[in-house]
Amino acid sequence: MNQTAAETQSHAGAFTPAAFAAHLATQPAAPSWWLERKRAAHGRFLDLPMPRRTDESWRFSNIAGLGLDSRESGAQAPRKARPAPALAATAALAFIDNRLERRGRLSPELARRGVVVTSLAEAAITHGEMLREHFMAQAQRLGSAKFAALHASFVGDGAFIHVPRGVELSEPIVIVHTGSGSPLFPHTLVVAAENSRVTVVDMFLPPGGGGALPLAVGANDLYAAHGASIAYAAVQDWPRETLSFQLNSTVVRRDARVQSLNVHLGARQARHESLSQLQAPGAFSEMLAVTAADGSQEFDQRTLQVHQAPNTKSDLLYKNALQDGARTIFSGLIIVDPDAQKTDAYQSNRNLMLSDDAEANSLPGLEIQANDVRCTHGATTSRIDPEQEFYLRSRGIDATRTSQLLVFGFFEEVLNRLENEDVHAALREMISAKFRDRG
Amino acid sequence: MSDEPQTIALGPTAADNPAAGIDQSSGNFSYDMKYEFDAGSGLNERTVEYISSVKKEAAWLREFRLNALKTFQAKPLPTHWATRDLENINFDKIRYYLSSGQKPKRTWDEVPEDIKRTFERLGIPEQERKFLAGVEAQFDSEAAYSNIKETVAKQGVIFVNSTEALREHPEIFRKWFGKVIPTSDNKFSALNSAVFSGGSFIYVPPGIKVSHPLQAYFRINAENFGQFERTLIIVDEGSEVTYMEGCTAPKFSTATLHSAVVELVALKGAKIQYITVQNWANNVFNLVTKRGLAHEEAEIKWIDCNIGSRLTMKYPGVVLKGRKSRGEVLSIALANDGQHQDTGAKMVHAADETSSNIIAKSISVGQGRSTYRGVVHIPRHLKGCKNNTECDALLINTNSRTDTYPAITVRGDRHAVQHEASVSKVSEEQIFYMKQRGLTEGQAMSLSVNGFINDLARQFPMEYSVELKRLIDLEMEGSVG
Repeated sequence: MNQTAAETQSHAGAFTPAAFAAHLATQPAAPSWWLERKRAAHGRFLDLPMPRRTDESWRFSNIAGLGLDSRESGAQAPRKARPAPALAATAALAFIDNRLERRGRLSPELARRGVVVTSLAEAAITHGEMLREHFMAQAQRLGSAKFAALHASFVGDGAFIHVPRGVELSEPIVIVHTGSGSPLFPHTLVVAAENSRVTVVDMFLPPGGGGALPLAVGANDLYAAHGASIAYAAVQDWPRETLSFQLNSTVVRRDARVQSLNVHLGARQARHESLSQLQAPGAFSEMLAVTAADGSQEFDQRTLQVHQAPNTKSDLLYKNALQDGARTIFSGLIIVDPDAQKTDAYQSNRNLMLSDDAEANSLPGLEIQANDVRCTHGATTSRIDPEQEFYLRSRGIDATRTSQLLVFGFFEEVLNRLENEDVHAALREMISAKFRDRG
Repeated sequence: MSDEPQTIALGPTAADNPAAGIDQSSGNFSYDMKYEFDAGSGLNERTVEYISSVKKEAAWLREFRLNALKTFQAKPLPTHWATRDLENINFDKIRYYLSSGQKPKRTWDEVPEDIKRTFERLGIPEQERKFLAGVEAQFDSEAAYSNIKETVAKQGVIFVNSTEALREHPEIFRKWFGKVIPTSDNKFSALNSAVFSGGSFIYVPPGIKVSHPLQAYFRINAENFGQFERTLIIVDEGSEVTYMEGCTAPKFSTATLHSAVVELVALKGAKIQYITVQNWANNVFNLVTKRGLAHEEAEIKWIDCNIGSRLTMKYPGVVLKGRKSRGEVLSIALANDGQHQDTGAKMVHAADETSSNIIAKSISVGQGRSTYRGVVHIPRHLKGCKNNTECDALLINTNSRTDTYPAITVRGDRHAVQHEASVSKVSEEQIFYMKQRGLTEGQAMSLSVNGFINDLARQFPMEYSVELKRLIDLEMEGSVG
């Protein structure tokens, strides 16, 4: 390495070796293997270059908006999140500034059956093996290896959920993250053992007093063992100046099923990467997203569906509604490995344009190396149906309300795929709030 | 198979109707040639100056070439998105200019015997008599023959090669030369701009509908050769023309490079249909840049059929510059063992109420790989633009490969854009049905594959679609059993 100090600086932003040493000092209880991993991750972070304009995986992205210079902000906002819709929960965890602040306990019955809902810091001590096996264990294939390494090196705490064999949880586990100005590194790790069933909701909320939150680099790992079922929903509602990353990795084993739904509302620039690996016959991954983009927001979504075994299924539906000068990028790829016959893969991106200044980019891709498959994708970009608009307007509904109703109708196809009614209602309420804020 | 359909293509029938020279085996021959003009192997300023001086070019054109050479040398290979197979092109080993003279003959009788027999074997003179308004036959770097029917010439239609066009008619051609595809568009357009030779320059005056197609035939004869033809077609207001090109090369043991630049200009209300049937031997790198500029209410249609070559990278495009202009790409690609057909389309909407349509069908056989790559771009503050894209891939064997990489950018809320793609294999039920009725599995497979491309093939001129069907029969033969 003969990089100059200035180059290293620009690659590392505020996350220099000194900042990393200070971070490690806040983790006195962590086991040595965990610290070792963090050191390795920080090394990778320093070595990897920032994305460049010519990188295919960053095509159309606003590279200039990716600065990592955000330091701890001086003015601390009140240490609480803006209130979110209440949800009946099996268990709940609330993180503020990367630290576990509150927890809603599991019932003694579930605890006795072996369900674990705890923080990563505790799990590193109590469930080291499981954490070692699944935490950020999959290769980053969608372009954000540098930011994934940053996350792994600075992650302070996060949620660890383990549902043992055969246990089915009827109500969701709810996790809330917020902050008061420092960079956030939220993490959620779900390990669902054989034939278990769980619903997990992640909420990324703005600080209660409307404080700043410059950077959030979040990640989640979902692992569904043989016959397990995970329903995961995330709502990203960071403040408008936030640079946000959400890096998802999903592993689906034999006859297991994972549904993940991401609602994108907040942030200045939000990059979401989602990787689903269908590793054994019968695996099914359903990948869903709705994005309400307005102002000058940029939502950059990259997905990869990898069919590694015969008889696997994936179904992706990403919908974006764009107002004002917002930009969206959807770049999806379905890979069917050689011999993954009888794959059934679907990928669909729908963009609804509500403004003459908005911009939607679609890159729906396929790489197919087996012939007995059913793979289709579609991408459409269009405006509101003028007949539907006329119908509502002729019934005395004003223009703003009309477009809101039609956007909700557009999103509902995705939200309807949620099985849990309460989660559905909560997500809808948070989307409504964004529209209300527009006035 | 008992009924040996092979004889269909190898026998005299192939010579009867080699419209596009589409049957690969019939193009696989070469003759020893003594070239009068040879720029040697490798590429530097001297190569470019040699070509320019042999052609007695004007100073501006020589400058143009030398600048292009600098651009070519400065640009990296596009391997950050394209296949690394490009790295196997050895630019130092290629021969950039080979010819036996710069002036094409006007009658076949004047064409030197050894060149004439090549084209006779490919059936070009016969075809010309039957249904063409004009023919140009290029042998390595230069056209050996070029002729246009008197009636068409009398209408004021110009159909000449690039050297003659830029020397004799600069007032017509210089205005658009290099304007649709700038030198720096990509590494291979820069290479072509530096060393181009041959190709067709066509001008159709206002209000003329050329009734029969004009055709060019491109033949590579020499080993280690690079063919860099340059085509520019300008169709004036309200006029129409159909242009067809075919190509073949013998199969040498070393790689051959073909890198063309084709520019089309359709002025107000003009229509251009450009048909390519590419059947290079499968050691040819075929890296071609094709783009049309459509003015108000003009229409440009690319019909692009890729059967041969080792690697083809070609994405015909239309810049929809005028209101209500229309662009279309119909593409068929067939990739067999050792072939990669990386093809697609590019539609740039630059005016209100423009529409574009892309239909791409690919067939991958054996270890063949076909790729669709596309761009659809609708910039800010336009209204009423429409695009429809459909990509269908058919995979014949278990490990055949197909990829789809479209990129669609839409700005504003007054457009409608849709893209659909599907991947499938030949339906077992269809095959079963046909076998029950006495067809062999190979015949059933051919029929099914022909059915897959039928709605596109129907839009080809008859001679081409018949030949295409026959070729598919041939290619499908070894794929089953």
